[in-house]
Amino acid sequence: MANLLFYIFSFLTVGGAALVVYNRNAVNAAMFLLLSLVGVAGLFVMLDAALMAFVLLLVYAGAVVALFLFIIMLLDTTPGSQKPFKKATVAASTIGGALLLLGVVSMMKRGSLSSDATEAAVPTLKNYAEQLFTTYLLPVQVVGFMLLIAMLGVIVLSKRFTVTEKTP
Amino acid sequence: MSPFGLNAYILISALLFAIGFFGVLLRKNTLVIYMCLELMLIASTLALVAFSRFNHTLDGSVFVFFILTIAAAEVAVGLAIIVALFRKRHTIAVEELNTLKH
Repeated sequence: MANLLFYIFSFLTVGGAALVVYNRNAVNAAMFLLLSLVGVAGLFVMLDAALMAFVLLLVYAGAVVALFLFIIMLLDTTPGSQKPFKKATVAASTIGGALLLLGVVSMMKRGSLSSDATEAAVPTLKNYAEQLFTTYLLPVQVVGFMLLIAMLGVIVLSKRFTVTEKTP
Repeated sequence: MSPFGLNAYILISALLFAIGFFGVLLRKNTLVIYMCLELMLIASTLALVAFSRFNHTLDGSVFVFFILTIAAAEVAVGLAIIVALFRKRHTIAVEELNTLKH
């Protein structure tokens, strides 16, 4: 049962990602990104990190993909007007991606990663909170400040500044 | 509850990262390039959670919180840049955005 679930979720993840790249229409690509995210969230649940799965779906499906769809529909780029890919680009990017994958796989083959598969206590919300408010207190503060700066940056970028000369 | 070892999860993560990388190199629509960047971020997240689970520590999972926050901020700023770009140039195809080349 768990085997089957792992296959289903990894298929969703990888298949969704491949269709994001393959799809010509940006709206469909965003939808397949969502599918891929659901697969990753399922894998998180299988890794005993249900909280992370929840946060991932909340942040990505709730905010990021919605924002993407909003911008795609706002910009209204016609999907039919795209030129086909150049052969050299296709070849170069295929070779690049394949080399990256080959590097990781060969590294895994050489020295097997030490994995302790024994069942451990599933981390609870309390454990996460304890870590976030003791060991990682400063990073949490910094990240909060960074969100504020990002918000200000977005406002500055999307506001139209018109020069109004004050005539005395 | 995880029938497979660490290697299987790292393989999925590497595959996801490679697909994202391939998409960033191949596609010409800036929005789709952004989506592929998100895929690469998610791949790294998956690897971190897998390492965290199989080493019985919580640090990797806590780090994922920060990655998600950074990703959300990055998307907000990036999409604002794309909108500003579209307003000025009326295109978001990367082959037409070559002002810095000349």
